[in-house]
Amino acid sequence: MKRLMSGNAALGEAAILSGCTCYFGYPITPQNELTEYMAKRMPEAGGVFIQSESEIAAINMVLGASVAGARAMTSSSSPGISLKQEGISYLAADELPAVIVNMVRGGPGMGNISPAQSDYLQATRGGGHGDYRTIVLAPSSVQELADIVPVAFDLADAYRNPVIILGDGMLGQMMEPVDFSNIKKIKDYPKDYILTGADNRPSRMVRSLLFDTKEEEEHNWKLYRKFQRIENSEVRFETFLIDDAEIVVVAYGIAARIAKGAIKRLRQDNIRAGLLRPITLWPFPSKKIKEIAKYITDFFVFEMSTGQMIDDVRLALEGKGHISFYGRPGGVIPTPIELARIVSRHYFQTQKVRKQ
Amino acid sequence: MLIKTVFSGFGGQGVLSMGFTMANAAMLEGRYVTYLPSYGVEVRGGTANCTVVVSDEEIASPVASEPEFVVAMNQPSFVRFQSILQSGGLICVNSSLVNTSTARGDIEILAVPTSELAEKLGQIRVANMVMLGAFIRASNIVSFDFLIEHLPEILGEGKSKLIKLNKDALELGYNFIKE
Repeated sequence: MKRLMSGNAALGEAAILSGCTCYFGYPITPQNELTEYMAKRMPEAGGVFIQSESEIAAINMVLGASVAGARAMTSSSSPGISLKQEGISYLAADELPAVIVNMVRGGPGMGNISPAQSDYLQATRGGGHGDYRTIVLAPSSVQELADIVPVAFDLADAYRNPVIILGDGMLGQMMEPVDFSNIKKIKDYPKDYILTGADNRPSRMVRSLLFDTKEEEEHNWKLYRKFQRIENSEVRFETFLIDDAEIVVVAYGIAARIAKGAIKRLRQDNIRAGLLRPITLWPFPSKKIKEIAKYITDFFVFEMSTGQMIDDVRLALEGKGHISFYGRPGGVIPTPIELARIVSRHYFQTQKVRKQ
Repeated sequence: MLIKTVFSGFGGQGVLSMGFTMANAAMLEGRYVTYLPSYGVEVRGGTANCTVVVSDEEIASPVASEPEFVVAMNQPSFVRFQSILQSGGLICVNSSLVNTSTARGDIEILAVPTSELAEKLGQIRVANMVMLGAFIRASNIVSFDFLIEHLPEILGEGKSKLIKLNKDALELGYNFIKE
């Protein structure tokens, strides 16, 4: 049965259905409804809810819960996520699973409470110190948000690595019909690393302090191999009308929805535009972009920032094709009409240049 | 078909629950729907609003830059949202509080004295549902009979005691336009 729920609340429900038993959070707009939902539902579901004294405390509580074997989650918005980066780096170093939700708001600094996509680079480049990556999932509707939460927990457990769900203020706040029947029984992950008391077994240790440089180097290469495995097998994306497209718009999250609306308008004007929507921002669908570039040369990147994902599109294209960009940073929400106008103008300019 | 509506008024007038009720009804009818509340740095007694988009296909953006309909429960909302209404669009105003003498010439205005009507029921707090009844009659976005039939489901468990009152209020508004 479908229910009308905000993205934040749907995320909370999906987490509980995915077996999340520990949630720690500190309030910040625009993700407060998630903390509120967890405060109510977690005790009912028999889990642990703690409103921590700070974002830093919350991420370290996640580390503690994860080291004890629980499915743990924390959430925040941009400035709060910056505070959590130290803990995320430790989670990655200790190879501990965790899910961290970022409902991005306008920045930098305190910024504002409107939706933005300006934390792309922070999320996809690890975010904290050291040689590590986090898996980044970017849903674009409330239903997809609910569907991706179990995936996030499974990926975290399968690779023993923190996973970021990168939403934005609008995705968190807006309500849409959502159905949770897709969330199946929780997979069982054998956890031979967790600290449960060394009764009748050798003791274990979870730490990231490795004074021996040789040992640290080995650990880094081990993590690197894991990240390569993730890059090889966990890329997710959606395409929309690209088979006959002359121009491909690349956008993710809420921006991809706006782009879809724009593309529908462009198609009415006989402009053959299509969409590539990365769902995993890391690992990025570089191979798909390279493949598309064999027959389409015109790429149009659209982000609610001054341009961050565009770097990954450039890297994927390796100098091939043409890339254009349109961005609205700072919490401004562009409209499909606006984007359609910009892409259309770009399209006709390129046509003119080609004729010359 | 894609229809965008902005519900607006003072915080406390039940503006968000008006939008939520209609969005919920549209969802149960099997339509695509988005509901986006405003969550600006609002002050108490300030304006609140939400945007509801109802469509027969996937909705690109939950934001309405040019809505087809506006419901304005107070003067500041009337001033703010009449300017973004589509040309030929309809604005339903709470004429108990709103003076429409400054209205644009290219829009339709529907005046509903919600406070006076709600007082007939002895409950000023259902003024929002009176307005919603009138609005549904005028806009036809969702089926009124369907809404009434599914009211317990739409309002949820917490409001089971208030179903009759809400139903009366919705019907009062609906029939006000009928006459």
